[in-house]
Amino acid sequence: MKSFTYEKADSLTAAVTDVSPTTRFIAGGTNLLDLMKLQVETPAKLVDISRLPLGDIEEMEGAGLRIGALVPNSDLAADPRVIARYEVLSRALLAGASGQLRNKATTGGNLLQRTRCYYFYDPSTACNKRAPGSGCSAMAGFNRILAILGTSDHCIATHPGDMPVAMRALDATIVTLKPDGDKRRISIHDFYRLPGDTPDVETVLERGELITHVELPAPPEGARQLYRKVRDRASYAFALVSVAGVVTMADGKIASAALAFGGLGPMPWRDEAVEAALVGQVPSDAVFGAAADALLKEAKGFGSNDFKIPLTRRTLIACLRDLTGAK
Amino acid sequence: MLGLGKGDTNSLTMDKPHPDSLLDSSVQGVIGKPLDRIDGPLKVSGSATYAAEYDIPDLAHGFLVRATIGAGKITAIDIDGAKAIPGVIDVITDYKTFLRNAQQGGETCAPAQGVEEIAYYGEIVAIVVAESYEAARDAAYRIDITYEARDGRYDFDAHKGEAEKPPEGTIPPYSKQGDVDQAMADAAYTVDALFTTPSQNSAAMEPHASIAVWDEDGALTLYGAYQMPSSDKQQLAKSLGLKADKVRIIARYVGGGFGSKLGIAPESVAAAVAAKKLGRPVKAVMARQQVFDATVRRSNTEQRLRLAADADGMLTAIGHETLCSNLPDEGFFEPTGIGTHFMYGGENRIITHDIVRLDTTLSGSMRAPGEAVGLLALEGAMDELAEKIGIDPIDLRTRNDPQQDPEKNVPFSSRQLTRCLEEGAASFGWDARTPTPASDRRGEWWHGIGVAAACRSNMLQPSAAKVSIDGQGKAIVETDMTDIGTGTYTILAQITGEILGLPIADVTVHLGDTDAPPGAGSGGSWGAGSSGSSVYLACEMLRNKLAKAMGVEAGAMTLKDGRVIADNRSVPIADLVGDGIEATGKIEPGKQEQDFTQSSFGAHFAEVKVNAVTGEVRVVRMHGVFTAGRILNEKTARSQCLGGMTFGIGGALTEELVHDPRNGKIVNRDLGEYHVPVNADVPQLEVTFLDERDIHANPIHAKGIGELGIAGAGAAIANAVYNAVGVRVRDFPITLDKLLDEMPAV
Amino acid sequence: MKFTINGQSYDADPDVRTSVLDLLREHVGLTGSKKGCDHGQCGACTVLINGRRVNSCLTLAVMHQDDEITTIEGLGTPEDLHPMQAAFVAHDGYQCGYCTPGQICSAVGMLDEAKKGWASHVSDDLTTSDLSNEEISERMSGNICRCAAYSNIVDAIRDVAGADA
Repeated sequence: MKSFTYEKADSLTAAVTDVSPTTRFIAGGTNLLDLMKLQVETPAKLVDISRLPLGDIEEMEGAGLRIGALVPNSDLAADPRVIARYEVLSRALLAGASGQLRNKATTGGNLLQRTRCYYFYDPSTACNKRAPGSGCSAMAGFNRILAILGTSDHCIATHPGDMPVAMRALDATIVTLKPDGDKRRISIHDFYRLPGDTPDVETVLERGELITHVELPAPPEGARQLYRKVRDRASYAFALVSVAGVVTMADGKIASAALAFGGLGPMPWRDEAVEAALVGQVPSDAVFGAAADALLKEAKGFGSNDFKIPLTRRTLIACLRDLTGAK
Repeated sequence: MLGLGKGDTNSLTMDKPHPDSLLDSSVQGVIGKPLDRIDGPLKVSGSATYAAEYDIPDLAHGFLVRATIGAGKITAIDIDGAKAIPGVIDVITDYKTFLRNAQQGGETCAPAQGVEEIAYYGEIVAIVVAESYEAARDAAYRIDITYEARDGRYDFDAHKGEAEKPPEGTIPPYSKQGDVDQAMADAAYTVDALFTTPSQNSAAMEPHASIAVWDEDGALTLYGAYQMPSSDKQQLAKSLGLKADKVRIIARYVGGGFGSKLGIAPESVAAAVAAKKLGRPVKAVMARQQVFDATVRRSNTEQRLRLAADADGMLTAIGHETLCSNLPDEGFFEPTGIGTHFMYGGENRIITHDIVRLDTTLSGSMRAPGEAVGLLALEGAMDELAEKIGIDPIDLRTRNDPQQDPEKNVPFSSRQLTRCLEEGAASFGWDARTPTPASDRRGEWWHGIGVAAACRSNMLQPSAAKVSIDGQGKAIVETDMTDIGTGTYTILAQITGEILGLPIADVTVHLGDTDAPPGAGSGGSWGAGSSGSSVYLACEMLRNKLAKAMGVEAGAMTLKDGRVIADNRSVPIADLVGDGIEATGKIEPGKQEQDFTQSSFGAHFAEVKVNAVTGEVRVVRMHGVFTAGRILNEKTARSQCLGGMTFGIGGALTEELVHDPRNGKIVNRDLGEYHVPVNADVPQLEVTFLDERDIHANPIHAKGIGELGIAGAGAAIANAVYNAVGVRVRDFPITLDKLLDEMPAV
Repeated sequence: MKFTINGQSYDADPDVRTSVLDLLREHVGLTGSKKGCDHGQCGACTVLINGRRVNSCLTLAVMHQDDEITTIEGLGTPEDLHPMQAAFVAHDGYQCGYCTPGQICSAVGMLDEAKKGWASHVSDDLTTSDLSNEEISERMSGNICRCAAYSNIVDAIRDVAGADA
């Protein structure tokens, strides 16, 4: 770990004054410190935001919820309002990491969690995300946990988190504070960037911009919600594939469907074509298969992760059966 | 044997059976009991001191530096950037002395040394020493090494055709009897299957760590994490060019070994060299990633298993031919056939092992070297054969349970495999199993049940221990034998307390210090039998001394609760020992190991469920029934089996050490991506011990238990998976991707 | 810097990079908390900070000067064991002992979480928190035990949970 100057931010405005590319915020620290020990992240300055007043969960008008960026994963999962209205979010959180990590990881930090690609994690290997232009060791290497959608010739990293997948299914909005004092509201659908030829740029956040809240609109009335995570051991492992679904039915047909996927792409993955294949349809395996076809149309395996394609198809179909009550 | 005064030794070479054991004629009533570990309160309160935790004055912190090519040599090393970091004292390289490889267990010579040559990705080549851990760690990443790379061999499949026969050693690599090819051609039923297992890592919770302290006379004390301090001391001495009596190893508490700490590893010599150069103690703790890179792995294997049976299901041939991998010039091979030699009868047999030379981390011993992966093949093939014949898999095994060793034609010292299978079957509810695969669907899960036999060779290793009784009548046991979680502290106290008639609270056990008499070390499941026997022999001699002091024959005494009772007298033991008495016990293996085939045996039963959508496999129930001679402590022995069975779950379902075929680099070199079973992977396991005594093994009539639990466990799970979904996976671990294609559409 | 550990005040001068784990082990002589991986992947370093279980390897000492840190040493001593420590001894919830302090701190933290009504990944109903074997196993899955004392760890925890109920 390279040394750094440490500064405790005592106010929100103070927290966002530094726009240096080598400054990082630290809240829970569970991802950042992990990477700093390996010199994958090498900030020259850490701004400790952990004592800022961003730890509340508040009601919004219209039955939505505003979640402070510092709310730990555990507390968010256990909040009665989240359990009652956003079950998919609670389930996604509980499926992630371990009790100890959930007690420390924050909402803001978890959105920004970086990939678990084995090569990203080893500074002795070529990695375009870690060292742009150096190459990608994963494509022709071992890539079991890596992406099949949204990849580019430069990077096939997956976003490993669970919470962000649920948040994408819930159409979350990320609220930020910029160094110039402006607040920004960014839809989660616009928050993450595809790798393209700059896989080191993962979100649209600008230098010094701080996530302060996440806002969740009220979920559709009467929606069924589920989070399903498929992994190589029963707990304490990242998703091979995960599905977050929020579906409503009306008159025996699918009235709305929001589906987001983990383990498939460089961000929590959502595809309108999947939902277009479902909305207005009477639930059936044929309809579910069409949705899976839409999702996986551009899917590409890299050798050790080819299995994710049939795995995703099977998992999605089973989830859709649960979400629509069809069996 | 009867001796007077100090320095008396009671030696026994196991050339003859030892039918009478003092453990049976004694009356203290502590042997066998499920007593709490005497080191328990220390462990649960964080007061047990492990290698990295000794408070040594003037300590400098070392952080190891690895090579980042797969094969070649170092041409230059730029340490200026590292040395400029505040707090850094030096960057030490000693190309000649640093260990290239870890050493194998039990060796008394140095392992391969010399790190200018890079033999595998991750080889340790230098150590940064600093005033703080953080400075050393930072500097380690700033070191610039230039290499001259050479072409390396990393891809097992690409080099399979070039496998070599290993050199002859204690375990014969090849053995042959009759004509297996002919028997296969003539048989009524055959199985010819290829099984593959990946590289694995012991992944003990405590990373390898050493604190090296030199004194003014050039003697080294090394606080380390070792399973076998007596031989480790010799390895270390040879590596450093020292006489063995100039090295002392202290390993009182070891945070798990499972093979990885049998021999010394690179951090030990790095710390010692750095400490010598600096003139200060140096602590070197391996980062977890370095434990994966630079300590032994279990080799991957490719095993061809052939079975031939006649119309009655009697085996006529067993073929077990294995390829494994290791560095050039290394003699170790994964002895997969080790249990196959005697598990089942069958006239025609071939058991061979060949090594594919690869430029990847050294292969060595990991829990149950041989059986852990060999029985995955043998017990999987037996399951397939039973299905082909149309008989119950337990029936097939009991039919082929040999009355004596089928290759050596000597008797078994004790063997109750059939009883383990039959009692386990009854207890597990084997009859409720539907033999037709894929017939037990419950909701989204397919359920299945499987069985496998277990064996693990029993052996004695030379072991010595000193037991003294002090002026207050308390006993002290001293040996450099280790407790790596195996329960040694407690069982040695129990043996001592039983024979000398002392409550456990009056027995103190000192372990893990090579200043004490050399013990067998913890490995090969021989620890309890060997070390326990040496303590037994010491106590037997003490008993004779007490008899003499009492003026009676030893057989006429009863020792209980700190008193010696004979002749209508009851005397406190303290009154018979003057200032104190002591004796040393020494056990050596002997002809009993040739006259009898000695092994622990058992049976594993597993119920799994396989998800019909995703192919995820979860263990629902598992029960192991074991016979291992006298069980010295029911609680700790059970725990050893829980551990072995869980290793079996990992080997069957989750563990795979992946080497990048382009440069041999270990890809999943942390606990996040090398998947050992977590708590949720393991149901509440059941363990049963059947009563047994083995008078040929040693005077305490006990056989090894530490590795029996892993032997065969994974096969029971694999067989259960087959029963659940009708898919036979022979490529371990059985991850969902290997099931998906063959499972019915969702 | 000043730290409050097990109710006592400690003075130490750690590096800004020093984790709470290394503060404990290298600076204030409390080696009960263990380093198994240093990357939050094994749980051996688990301590309680303000009563919550966390991986001490993944948080900086400098960030916790105002917090109450409880380590295994603070839960009990060999002469005066905490009920969870005593239960681990009785049930043989350990073998080599290296993951044990982390298991025990985690278990104590976990029981508090259950008392607060927190559910887990395996809970059918997110509004209740029963502690079946399956629940205990899932909640304790952040503590790896390679010796695999898991079955006994679950028994020990259930013992204490039952006594607390």
